[in-house]
Amino acid sequence: MSVDTATVAKIASLARIKVTPGDLEAMVPKLNGILAWVEQLGEVDVTGVEPMTAVIPNTLRLREDITNADPLTGGGIRDAVLANAPAAEHGFFGVPKVIE
Amino acid sequence: MTNLTDLTLTGIRDGVAGGDFTATEVAGAFNAAVAEAQEALNAFIVTTPEAALAAAAKVDADRAAGKPLGKLAGVPIGMKDLFATKGVQTTAASKILEGFKPEYESTVSQKLWDAGAGLLGKLNLDQFAMGSSNESSAYGKVTSPWRRPNDTSALAPGGSSGGSSAAVAARIVPAATGTDTGGSIRQPAAFTGISGIKPTYGRCSRWGIVAFASSLDQAGPMAHTVQDCAVMLEAMAGFDAKDATSLDLPVPNWEAALSGDLKGKKVGIPREYRLEGLNAEVAKSWDDGIAWLKDAGAEVVDISLPHSKYALATYYIIAPAEASSNLARYDGVRYGLRDLPDGANLQEMYAATRAAGFGDEVKRRILIGTYVLSAGFYDAYYTQAQKVRTLIARDFEEAFKQVDVILAPTAPTSAFALGEKTNPLDMYLGDVFSVPASLAGLPAMSVPAGLDSQGLPLGLQIIGRPFDEQGVLNAGLAIEQRAGFSAKPTKWW
Repeated sequence: MSVDTATVAKIASLARIKVTPGDLEAMVPKLNGILAWVEQLGEVDVTGVEPMTAVIPNTLRLREDITNADPLTGGGIRDAVLANAPAAEHGFFGVPKVIE
Repeated sequence: MTNLTDLTLTGIRDGVAGGDFTATEVAGAFNAAVAEAQEALNAFIVTTPEAALAAAAKVDADRAAGKPLGKLAGVPIGMKDLFATKGVQTTAASKILEGFKPEYESTVSQKLWDAGAGLLGKLNLDQFAMGSSNESSAYGKVTSPWRRPNDTSALAPGGSSGGSSAAVAARIVPAATGTDTGGSIRQPAAFTGISGIKPTYGRCSRWGIVAFASSLDQAGPMAHTVQDCAVMLEAMAGFDAKDATSLDLPVPNWEAALSGDLKGKKVGIPREYRLEGLNAEVAKSWDDGIAWLKDAGAEVVDISLPHSKYALATYYIIAPAEASSNLARYDGVRYGLRDLPDGANLQEMYAATRAAGFGDEVKRRILIGTYVLSAGFYDAYYTQAQKVRTLIARDFEEAFKQVDVILAPTAPTSAFALGEKTNPLDMYLGDVFSVPASLAGLPAMSVPAGLDSQGLPLGLQIIGRPFDEQGVLNAGLAIEQRAGFSAKPTKWW
């Protein structure tokens, strides 16, 4: 499969990356080069093979049901959470208006 | 007096503990070396001489007070700028995180500080660890301290941990952290004549490491010797409840059990790695490695890893797919860069921010990842790749029924020149020997094997069974003892 400029524009929009028409022209051949190369996977017989989900077997753990047991991942740290925000306002993340 | 910057990690540890010199003297010597090399090598994104001195002062005070010292007491290190360090800018070498100062410390870096190490600075890397040459950093390329004889062209230090490899090789840090997703510890180690190990997936906590491809990312040490790697890995590894994929296993005392005696061990040589057109000098160094391991007492066995040839294509679907999900978090709202054009709405702000903040290679991988995960293509690309990944892991399982470790080259060539590889695919093909072990989550290390006819280092790779870092380190030590690698880049900076 190969992609054209319209497809790349669509993918870029899904990925929320603004692209100029010049960017698109430059990206299409490079992306097609990569996609043509990964096509080779189609020739592998995977009948009855399960897709890999965990590379090293592990069990999912439940944490202790204690609030803020680890202060690094606990709550009550609003100022630390907002410290790197480009536009923190009144204790919230500021964003452009989203209600029309 | 000993030149402190020529010492290994264990040499520094033992010298500080024995009172031959103080941790403060060591930190001062490395701070000076870092400052002197920065302009020429660009190995660091930020330097933190005060942090190194503060950690050293604490070690010296603890020693004077007779308190027990940590495993890395008095050792100043470089930290790949992918680990969150509290109050110290953490960028992943991307503009999108410029100025980001974490409010928390990554688990691995915290463990290193707890062991008595100090921070010399944050090391440059390929942007979001995506690259094999360190050319995709938004903070400038790293130049390898190595040069070809009578040739001043700048060579790649490898990638993505290129700041780490350059800094260790130049002896401006005694050791550094790296992370390895498809070879990002091993390939730069091979390019610069140093050692580095990627442990079993889950050994080192990923908490606080900027995520690239979560099912592949693993942290590990990069240093001068196998023993140094063993010591530093002990300090970095261990269970962490904050990482759902962390292995709940005790950390072995790898250093104490190091042995280059391989009697009774079997070493597999994968025939599929003997690629058509394999560089003759790389093939020769592989043969040297086989002879060294035989000399150490090991039996050499021919093995087959039939799906190896599909590993790269599998990797370049899975890693971008995971990256496209992980990097969705950079949206200009919570941290990092925001680009808000006049009158833009929220969606336009996201798109403008990500266009301005991500580099070309990062965008390319996000787009590939988004495409292979999109409706209509998911099964053909992503599910197929995950199935082939199962087959690649199964090949290793079968092989490890016959052998204890596998020996292969680390990379298909020695270091290339900066700017030499302009097609992304050419760059990807350089990961051919390192990616299979990553896809299978196996421990793997690179150790220096010798110099090629251009005077540049070549590395050998040892791949082990899951959880058998000891077997990998021991085979690495057997090679180190026989390769007698003592070459250093001639100082030109």
